[in-house]
Amino acid sequence: MADQRPQGKTNAAGGRSPKAGGRKAKAAKLVETTGLRPDELIGLLQRMMLIREFEEECARLYRAGRIRGVTHTYQGQEAVAVGVCSTLNVSDFITSTHRGHAHVIAKGGDVNLMMAELLGKATGYCKGRGGSMHIADMSQGILGANGIVGGGMGIAVGAALSSKMLGRDTVAVCFFGDGAMNQGILHEVSNIAACWNLPVVFLCENNFYGMSASVEDTLACKEMNLAGRAAAYDIPAATCDGMDVIDVHLATRAAVERARGGGGPSYVVCTTYRFLGHHVGDPLTYRDKSAVDPWRLRDPIPNFAGRLVADNLATREQVDRWEAEAKDAIARALAFAEESPDPDPSNLTEDVFA
Amino acid sequence: MNAVSNDGSGGASPPATGGTVTMTYVQALNEALREEMERDPTVFVMGEDIAVWGGGGVFGVTKGLVDIFGPERIRDTPISEAGFTGVGLGAALTGMRPVVEYMYADFMMVAMDQIANQAAKIRYMFGGKARVPLVLRTQEGAGRGNGPQHSQSLEAWFTHIPGLKVAVPSTPADAKGLLKMAIRDDNPVVFLEHKLLYGKKGEVPVGEHLVPFGRANVLREGRHVTVVGVHITNDHALEAAEILAPEGIELEVVDPRTLVPYDREAVAASVRKTGRLIAVHQAPERVGVAAEIIQCAIEDAFDYLDAPPMRLCAANMPVPYAKTLEDADLPQVADIVGAARRLMSGRSVTTAGSR
Repeated sequence: MADQRPQGKTNAAGGRSPKAGGRKAKAAKLVETTGLRPDELIGLLQRMMLIREFEEECARLYRAGRIRGVTHTYQGQEAVAVGVCSTLNVSDFITSTHRGHAHVIAKGGDVNLMMAELLGKATGYCKGRGGSMHIADMSQGILGANGIVGGGMGIAVGAALSSKMLGRDTVAVCFFGDGAMNQGILHEVSNIAACWNLPVVFLCENNFYGMSASVEDTLACKEMNLAGRAAAYDIPAATCDGMDVIDVHLATRAAVERARGGGGPSYVVCTTYRFLGHHVGDPLTYRDKSAVDPWRLRDPIPNFAGRLVADNLATREQVDRWEAEAKDAIARALAFAEESPDPDPSNLTEDVFA
Repeated sequence: MNAVSNDGSGGASPPATGGTVTMTYVQALNEALREEMERDPTVFVMGEDIAVWGGGGVFGVTKGLVDIFGPERIRDTPISEAGFTGVGLGAALTGMRPVVEYMYADFMMVAMDQIANQAAKIRYMFGGKARVPLVLRTQEGAGRGNGPQHSQSLEAWFTHIPGLKVAVPSTPADAKGLLKMAIRDDNPVVFLEHKLLYGKKGEVPVGEHLVPFGRANVLREGRHVTVVGVHITNDHALEAAEILAPEGIELEVVDPRTLVPYDREAVAASVRKTGRLIAVHQAPERVGVAAEIIQCAIEDAFDYLDAPPMRLCAANMPVPYAKTLEDADLPQVADIVGAARRLMSGRSVTTAGSR
């Protein structure tokens, strides 16, 4: 098995300079390094905490048989969703994946409506019609999670085409995983985005596994340089540390600014890890039980909390309180969902057509 | 369902503003695109070889439009059907009204994830909170020797997928009126033209002409046998009607015009009058729309049937190249004539597997 130990800050051909993030940034003052205000930095931590608590609750609910079908959780990857979406405006667009709860929360989704959807309630985002893999919020530019690997890539590029044709300055971010690197449509829409110079960021979360298929077994990619594929389309690419919300933020910000400024598409590859299985209940037979240990040491939430404390942007007490607030928010979301009515079967066929 | 019009006028088309003009099916489509693009700046067309090639597409549907609207709105794409379908869908979700052209219906198979899993389902999956004003235009059908991968009739595929509307115009007037309607629809519409109909001439209303979806058109009235066709098989049925008229056999030819929504009441009303039904199309027989047409008629008008309904379809095989083979594969005028005579002779004929 190839080395999957965390490498910290990584960098690829065409990538960003190492000084922008990673361990070096840790030593620097976060406000200076990022240009973000203290409340914005704290917001990154709070948003990651909210995602973690949401996903932990999802796992509990799924194991208790209260979420139907399958659900894919995101523990360990929170820095990616939050780092990316913190660079976007409400009017910007994202497309998400089957592991999409975090993207929705990070882009401004409402956890009450999300939890209600997971419990199949009429008040859910999709009125119980979609479930975990189809949450969308058009008002927040969230063009949907997706049950098909790679399924949202064309949609993201289409949103970017709209931006250009309508003369708007909005940007689209297309989230996908390492597994989707091998879907043909990525090739097609990367080429289209480059030919038409569209404002889209192809945002790959490399968590090393497409379900059970490891990147080393399934990606023909020299030295696991996933971002290197972008060179085929003359698209600039960066690889960043997906366990570090600041590194993700900075790498994505550069790509988003380029897109918004008319500079066309980018690839950003975030090296990260899912702490748990492909879905809740995955026995993880394909991965060493201990493989996750070094990654857990780089858990993006306590690590970033520690940096905020080190920078005197927060106290330990505040961090503890924010975690408690996140738990409370999810408890309220669950209560909202539980109190909500089931969908009325008399409405079964509504919404097939406008 | 909508009320049925049996007066041959095609139902509730709004009165045309400036009379009619004779034009071909392809000219009518071109006019619909031009009028809608002039009316609404969010309408644009994209597809392979629609701008530069021959001045407007392999079949000329977009001819001249790039000169009027420019290459941004008559947008040549790379050969990436899945990719540009997804791009069209994303554009539709975010403020545009794309018309995506596929050179051949067969090429849509390359894009089926984007069509079936994404475009068709998004509105429902999102709890009704998205609109998908997307037209997926192509031409289908056999009869030109285009061979197995350029001759398929795939309307049953799209008709089967909930969330897609499906239009199958067979006249120039319907080509214009249905395409304008499709572009204004907030749902994904698969708009299937037929390659042999592009040169067909007919009277087309000038200016605003909208044909509502789900409204069949009685192309010819008759008392004895209802024939429901798709695309060019309606023309075959009209020819058959001319041949049979001197024998005292009257065909009533009903063109559904759209398969989703489907005007089952119009067909049922015709069958109640004639007591006999033939459904005919160039797609293979097995699980084709003829089966659905017949089943609906059985459910709606069983007591009025004087004979088992028949279907005349292509065989369950790829469309062959050579003319003798292709002709043998496809339902012809003579097949309709023969089937109608059999139905009128009182002999019950089971047609399944007969072709």
